[in-house]
Amino acid sequence: MKAGYLPKLLFSPSVFLVLVCVYGYIMFTIYLSFTTSTMLPQYDWAGTANYTRLLGLDNWQVSLGNLATFAGLYIVIAMALGLGLAILIDQKIRAESAFRSIFLYPMALSFIVTGTAWKWLLDPGVGLERSMHLLGWESFSFTWIKDSEMAIYCVVIAAVWQTSGFVMAMFLAGLRGVDTEQVNAAKVDGARTWQIYLRIILPQLGPVFVSAFVILAHMAIKSYDLVIALTNGGPGRSTWLPSVFMYQYTFTRNEMAVGAASSVLMLVAIGAVVLPYLFSEMRKVKNG
Amino acid sequence: MANAHTHAIVHVHGASGIQPRLDLARIALYAVLFACAVVFLMPVYVMVVNSFKPLDEIRSGNLMSLPIDWTVAPWLSAWSTAQIGVEPTGLRPFFINSFLLVIPAVVLSTLIGALNGYILTQFKFRGANLMFAAMLFSVFIPFQIVLIPMAKTLGFLGLAGTVKGLIFVNTVYGIGFTTLFFRNYYAAFPAELIRSARMDGAGFFGVMLRILLPNSTPIIVVTVIWQFTNIWNEFLFGASFSDFSSYPLTVALNNLVNSSTGVKEYNVHFAGAFIAALPTLIVYMVSGKYFVRGLMAGSVKG
Repeated sequence: MKAGYLPKLLFSPSVFLVLVCVYGYIMFTIYLSFTTSTMLPQYDWAGTANYTRLLGLDNWQVSLGNLATFAGLYIVIAMALGLGLAILIDQKIRAESAFRSIFLYPMALSFIVTGTAWKWLLDPGVGLERSMHLLGWESFSFTWIKDSEMAIYCVVIAAVWQTSGFVMAMFLAGLRGVDTEQVNAAKVDGARTWQIYLRIILPQLGPVFVSAFVILAHMAIKSYDLVIALTNGGPGRSTWLPSVFMYQYTFTRNEMAVGAASSVLMLVAIGAVVLPYLFSEMRKVKNG
Repeated sequence: MANAHTHAIVHVHGASGIQPRLDLARIALYAVLFACAVVFLMPVYVMVVNSFKPLDEIRSGNLMSLPIDWTVAPWLSAWSTAQIGVEPTGLRPFFINSFLLVIPAVVLSTLIGALNGYILTQFKFRGANLMFAAMLFSVFIPFQIVLIPMAKTLGFLGLAGTVKGLIFVNTVYGIGFTTLFFRNYYAAFPAELIRSARMDGAGFFGVMLRILLPNSTPIIVVTVIWQFTNIWNEFLFGASFSDFSSYPLTVALNNLVNSSTGVKEYNVHFAGAFIAALPTLIVYMVSGKYFVRGLMAGSVKG
């Protein structure tokens, strides 16, 4: 039905809010990144000076390096674990829904809660290390969270714990949609279970791999709460991510223009991951 | 022979998929699943048991063991007397703040999503698809990119440092998700129902109130649960736009755990974390099915 004025009128507040508070603000922040803003927004043109400064900053390079380590491990481990759990759960097991619920419940928690729980679990003074010592394993050592070389891996552990159940649910939905005729035919031919998975089932899950990758990559780039609660960026700046950098420079170091530039680069990174995916999804819907 | 026999019996039950067999592989399967379940449950187990221990029992004992000397003192402290920043208020005022924030933000964003979904699926007008794509992308943006202008806007509107300001922010950035949910649901809605209602003289609101909304219970539940979980757990906006009187619970909890000087009261921290986790955990336990549906709808876009 062609729209009269009423639907358009009622749709317009949402259009206004999204255009202003999403796209307008993005433009504003991009603009700020080319100004001399420090503590408050200022509108004197600075050219690309902030980007030059940003890329040369040690803190930014550390943040980027940490993001590469964190995102790489987080995506690979969460996907592998999620897929593994989904395959195990798909074996016609008993208490399937109980297992599913247990693997997925961390998704319902706040990253601040997750961070708090893992902060003390990984703390050598009260957590796992101490428990192992009390159980008689005196030489057990686990001090990653206090070690600036290793602390970023603690962020990976907590993030994987929180989200691999979600990846499992995505793969499980994919597995349940696999063409059973092909699987049965292969079974009649005497194919072994692992061969069936490798040759028939996994290739059909291609779209799930892509979706899971996009979701996890964009979550990794946006990660902030978990780092704040788990390590607060430390020890030192060893677990800074671009999100932490942005907040620090914008709100505590009075370098708003540099902070704005860092958030623009975060947006570019997310756009590079998400936009091709969204376009291809929308084209599928149009053609399907 | 015996093996072939059990195979045949099992075959009757497992009509498709991989056949279950009662053998070593099967035992190993359950062992692995069980071990994973233990690991997944451990952090919450640790949170709960240690929230019932006196502090010196945590310091001298094992984080994994059950309390010897059970106490609810850490819970009482986390709730009403623990130091948040400089004030000994406990988490209670911030628990209330979070509810004052979540309820209006969820109701508003869900209503807007339902309205948008209706308009986007039942009416044709120029730019509709483009606007939907614009809303869709907005759920992915790193919110760091809107923090500075939004802070200025809230200041300009006189909403800086208030729960109302957070309601506004969380509603605006929730529109993308809620519109996506309702649009996809209404796109599959039987067109005859709407057509016949129109023939009977139902107008714009008649169709929405009498036909669509009464048949939208599943997607309303999915959307409400999704928005409730997201906004309850939200931290970045809370940390950026609220002050002491309007902190949401996540910000207060982070203050409790990370800014405490001197003695680290692990038991109080665990009790506080569990208090913050409880509302969304209860929602998950009561209606996990809808939570998963929201996750799936949110992950498989388009």
